[in-house]
Amino acid sequence: MAALKIEKGASSHSAYDLRDPNAQTIESHTLAVLVDNEAGVLARVIGLFSGRGFNIDSLTVAEVDHLGHRSRITIVTRGTPAVIEQIKAQLGRIIPVHEVHDLTVEGPSVERELGLFKVSGKGDKRVEALRIAEIFRANVVDSTLESFVFEMTGTPEKLDAFAELMRPLGLSDLARTGVAALARGA
Amino acid sequence: MSRTMTGARMVIEALRDQGVDTVFGYPGGAVLPIYDEIFQQNDIKHILVRHEQGAVHMAEGYARSTGKPGVVLVTSGPGATNAVTGLTDALLDSIPLVVLSGQVPTFLIGTDGFQEADTVGITRPCTKHNWLVKETDDLSATIHKAFHVATSGRPGPVLVDIPKDVQFATGEYVGPKQIDTPSYQPAKKGDLEAITRLVELMEKAERPILYTGGGVINSGPAAAQLLRELADATGFPLTSTLMGLGAYPASGKNWIGMLGMHGLYEANMAMHDCDLMIAVGARFDDRITGRVKDFSPGSVKVQIDIDSSSINKVIHVDLPIVGDVGHVLEDMLKIWKARGRKTNAEGVRKWWTQIEQWKAVKCLTYRNSDKVIKPQHALERLQALTAHRKDRYITTEVGQHQMWAAQFLHFEDPNRWMTSGGLGTMGYGLPASIGVQVAHPEALVVNVAGEASWLMNMQEMGTAVQFRAPVKQFILNNERLGMVRQWQQLLHGERYSQSWSESLPDFVKLAEAFGCKGRLVSDPAELDDAIQEMLDYDGPFILDVMVEKHENCFPMIPSGKPHNEMILGEASTEDAITGVGGALV
Repeated sequence: MAALKIEKGASSHSAYDLRDPNAQTIESHTLAVLVDNEAGVLARVIGLFSGRGFNIDSLTVAEVDHLGHRSRITIVTRGTPAVIEQIKAQLGRIIPVHEVHDLTVEGPSVERELGLFKVSGKGDKRVEALRIAEIFRANVVDSTLESFVFEMTGTPEKLDAFAELMRPLGLSDLARTGVAALARGA
Repeated sequence: MSRTMTGARMVIEALRDQGVDTVFGYPGGAVLPIYDEIFQQNDIKHILVRHEQGAVHMAEGYARSTGKPGVVLVTSGPGATNAVTGLTDALLDSIPLVVLSGQVPTFLIGTDGFQEADTVGITRPCTKHNWLVKETDDLSATIHKAFHVATSGRPGPVLVDIPKDVQFATGEYVGPKQIDTPSYQPAKKGDLEAITRLVELMEKAERPILYTGGGVINSGPAAAQLLRELADATGFPLTSTLMGLGAYPASGKNWIGMLGMHGLYEANMAMHDCDLMIAVGARFDDRITGRVKDFSPGSVKVQIDIDSSSINKVIHVDLPIVGDVGHVLEDMLKIWKARGRKTNAEGVRKWWTQIEQWKAVKCLTYRNSDKVIKPQHALERLQALTAHRKDRYITTEVGQHQMWAAQFLHFEDPNRWMTSGGLGTMGYGLPASIGVQVAHPEALVVNVAGEASWLMNMQEMGTAVQFRAPVKQFILNNERLGMVRQWQQLLHGERYSQSWSESLPDFVKLAEAFGCKGRLVSDPAELDDAIQEMLDYDGPFILDVMVEKHENCFPMIPSGKPHNEMILGEASTEDAITGVGGALV
């Protein structure tokens, strides 16, 4: 039997098709995952994403029902529509996962993130930082003669915009919580 | 009624309440209290293995041949890490296992204690679910939940990690009926509207095919029975994955053979050209699909699967039905009958004519020899000499011999064929054969092996001898890593990098060293006699069949190629296709 003629670099040389057969547009989706708050549950969810090569853009988690020991994990992820479907199906397979909601497709939802911005500076820059913070309705939660810490809640885009404006004014440290999201309406 | 007892006693009580009769395991420091309890009872048989990987494969063999979950008991640290390959194997092949591991005492966890490993961390991605039990009061309920999770929905392996102090301490035992209905309750019934749409498609289809997989076997004997009824009543051709062999009998009139990379020409061509594909408990593995974008381009695809994540994972299906195969088949048959048992008889008849033409290619043809034993011939003789045994169970290792076994051995019933499909674990077959034999002491259990795979867990021959498991080790010895060698020949310029077996043991002497019997056969004229001696011997037997060293396994869909570009063996290519460079287009 003669050797098969396979061009160098062709992915058919591999056991797997190395190209994405369904290359489609990449979408961003916000998922709300309701889980039993038991040991290791977050590791299971994160391990699923890393193990199967899915992306996590933002992740927040906290117990939301102390009596029922339920936590809500909010994940912002990216992928083709097929990948997003697969992510939801795989999440649903995890034993302590009770519900998986795709807030991006299940109707309108609100998304909020909290950010803490430390802006260090003196003189005009300091005044300017305070003025912009007022426009953005950010609160001052710490103040020294040479710095402010602003607290702001808003969409991730609003936080991005505020951080951009603060950067030339002395933004020295930034902490963000990641997105929390809920469906609108009753 | 709840009772107070030690955690170690609870383990035994819980296993007994779950109907467990056999545990495969290996003792060690962190499970000594449980082994002490095992010593003091007679209800549960303990099979002492030689390596924890062997224990897990044995439990897989036990589970696959009985439909009951396999149970494994290992110690902490290396005991648990040695179980990882078996757990991964069981996860990929959806085999229900409950693995109990010892752990260092809770107060030592995190201190890098002796034989400490983060077992739940290590096994999280290779189990369906796992638990670390920190309180003795939670232990019995956790074990009952473990059995529930392992066996419900899509089955899989679970692990319960039990620290030594939890085994020593006393707590309240609860029985399986006393625990809360677990929140994990996968749906079994398929959506009736979708099933009705499927029936409508079945009524019109001109070129239908049933593509069945391991899900039919996992669903239970009733599912296999319903599948037979469906295929026979509709007259649709049926192909199966490696995992699903036996769900439909190989002697059945609708059987067109296994599909996939080394599947039959007629099966793969029918998959490629069909107009309605009904996937029943099969998951479109890459060994099945070949090149995804050219997979069965003209068909409407329907997939019945209990696991919604199997749907649209690799191949986009037009009509998904999430549910247990048995339940869905039952509803399907009911609706199809109620609507008048219609099929497109004329279309299906033409379709069979086409399939018969593909069958006429005789894709399994090989050149036999009277000088050297051909591996295909060895399997044909094994089939001929064992076909009358209704209680014949076959396990395999992984490689060429595994594919030849799937091609040349015929299975009439489910649960008779145990092979590592998803993970492709060399070293699976020998321990799996012991697990099968322990579950069916009177049955004929043959492990079809390659010499290289077999060596990977050969220490388990000691287990076979100790527990009088008369497993037959049918080694097709080509002194090569045959499948690796085949790929190197076809795809890597005949550069045979590290793919030969040197310094092989004398398998006959090895058998004697283990206290069983062996025989070497290299003359085709003596093959039948040697196989018969193996079958007749009352005890474990190693038959070292010296076969042609450079035989290739055909047909073959070269990786990354579509179904209709499979290559056939030299003999059949020349005889039937009149040479097109061995590659069909």
